[in-house]
Amino acid sequence: MELLGLVYYWVFAILLMIGFYAVIAKPNLIKKLIGLSIFQAAVFLLYITMGKIDGGTAPILQDGVTLYSNPLPQVLILTAIVVGISTTALGLGIVVRINEEYGSIEEHEIQERDRQ
Amino acid sequence: MIILFGVFLLALLVITALAIVRSESLFAAVILTGIFSLLMAANFFLLDAADVALTEAAIGAGISTVLFLGALALTGEHERGIATNRLLALGVVSITTLLVIYATFDKPRLGDPDAPVQQHVGPWYLEKTAELIDIPNAVTAVLGSFRGYDTLGEVFVVFTAGIGVLFLLSARTGWRPEDIEGVHAPEQGLRHYLVPRVVGRMLIPFIFLFGLYVQFHGDYGPGGGFQAGAIVASSVILYALLEGEKRALEALPMRVLQWLVAGGALLYGAVGVAGMLLGGNFLDYSVLASDPIAGQHIGIILIELGVGITVTGVLLCVFHAFAARGKV
Repeated sequence: MELLGLVYYWVFAILLMIGFYAVIAKPNLIKKLIGLSIFQAAVFLLYITMGKIDGGTAPILQDGVTLYSNPLPQVLILTAIVVGISTTALGLGIVVRINEEYGSIEEHEIQERDRQ
Repeated sequence: MIILFGVFLLALLVITALAIVRSESLFAAVILTGIFSLLMAANFFLLDAADVALTEAAIGAGISTVLFLGALALTGEHERGIATNRLLALGVVSITTLLVIYATFDKPRLGDPDAPVQQHVGPWYLEKTAELIDIPNAVTAVLGSFRGYDTLGEVFVVFTAGIGVLFLLSARTGWRPEDIEGVHAPEQGLRHYLVPRVVGRMLIPFIFLFGLYVQFHGDYGPGGGFQAGAIVASSVILYALLEGEKRALEALPMRVLQWLVAGGALLYGAVGVAGMLLGGNFLDYSVLASDPIAGQHIGIILIELGVGITVTGVLLCVFHAFAARGKV
């Protein structure tokens, strides 16, 4: 049971690195952005995991409940999700423009065009 | 029992993430990303984060999928290149994973009430929410009032990103946001498909209404401007998908959307300045009414409204910018 409490952190580490792999190894720019959003989701999971408290409930105050999970990580992540989609949209905008100028979104083809 | 269910969901998350990275079809990868977000939202819910789960479900599984598909339509659905330096990347990634997992043995166990994170401001916020702000949802209280500066910053980041997308996608071709209205042929959307059209039309008003509920009920239950903005935007996006861009832009023209983008952020800032003019600090809502707690209520409702307006405006502007780019 003791180790079961760490599973969330292990999954955080695994998801983080799956996302990171897509960013460094995949030449396709959209795949890189998808990898970046997996990376980002892993960090969200880490924060929300830390805020959980045993026997607690969602931090919406009600009569007869005394133990709530920590609201602060939730606030940080809630806003981070919305900021995340905005920055992803900006990234996608840049990818679309690169595709228009270079005719490709594959990293090596873009670098080839640049060398010419 | 709950932790076993959590472990099951986590296993599904890892499998989905692996499938996303391995899939060669970008279309499949994007759809899997939607499933990934939905699983993530279920996990957040299990971890007592109802507000975050709502946001992740609306944004990750809804809007983000639509934006990625919009970008795919402009670029291409298949990966052509093969991974470069695959072994090196795999090596780096595996070693880092093992290091991070090794580091987790020092972390407090899940739900440990003595963990450092539970000792500092967290309990203080919970205690003071009832006393100073008197609304049930502590997340909204922290977001809107205790950490109002943070949220103002986040709203401006969203605002800036929206402006950035409009700027990028209107470059060079001489396309201006106002021109979108003119460039579309009337034959668009899924109007000729009976089932999506009938079902979609029935859903749109309810999605919109739910968005408004989430917006104005955010003080009492899970919800608030960020979630509501995403839900309202998704109802308009659904309308655009069903009836075509042109109809959606007739209902909500680009000019109006641009005003929404700026107006929401300005409303937020104006509430802060109003506090200063009435003799308090910037973003101090207590002075907005004769009773400090009533002032807090007014302030939180207004800034949440500002957040909701900006988020709706930015998401819709970005959607229309991608949709229009293909037609120019």
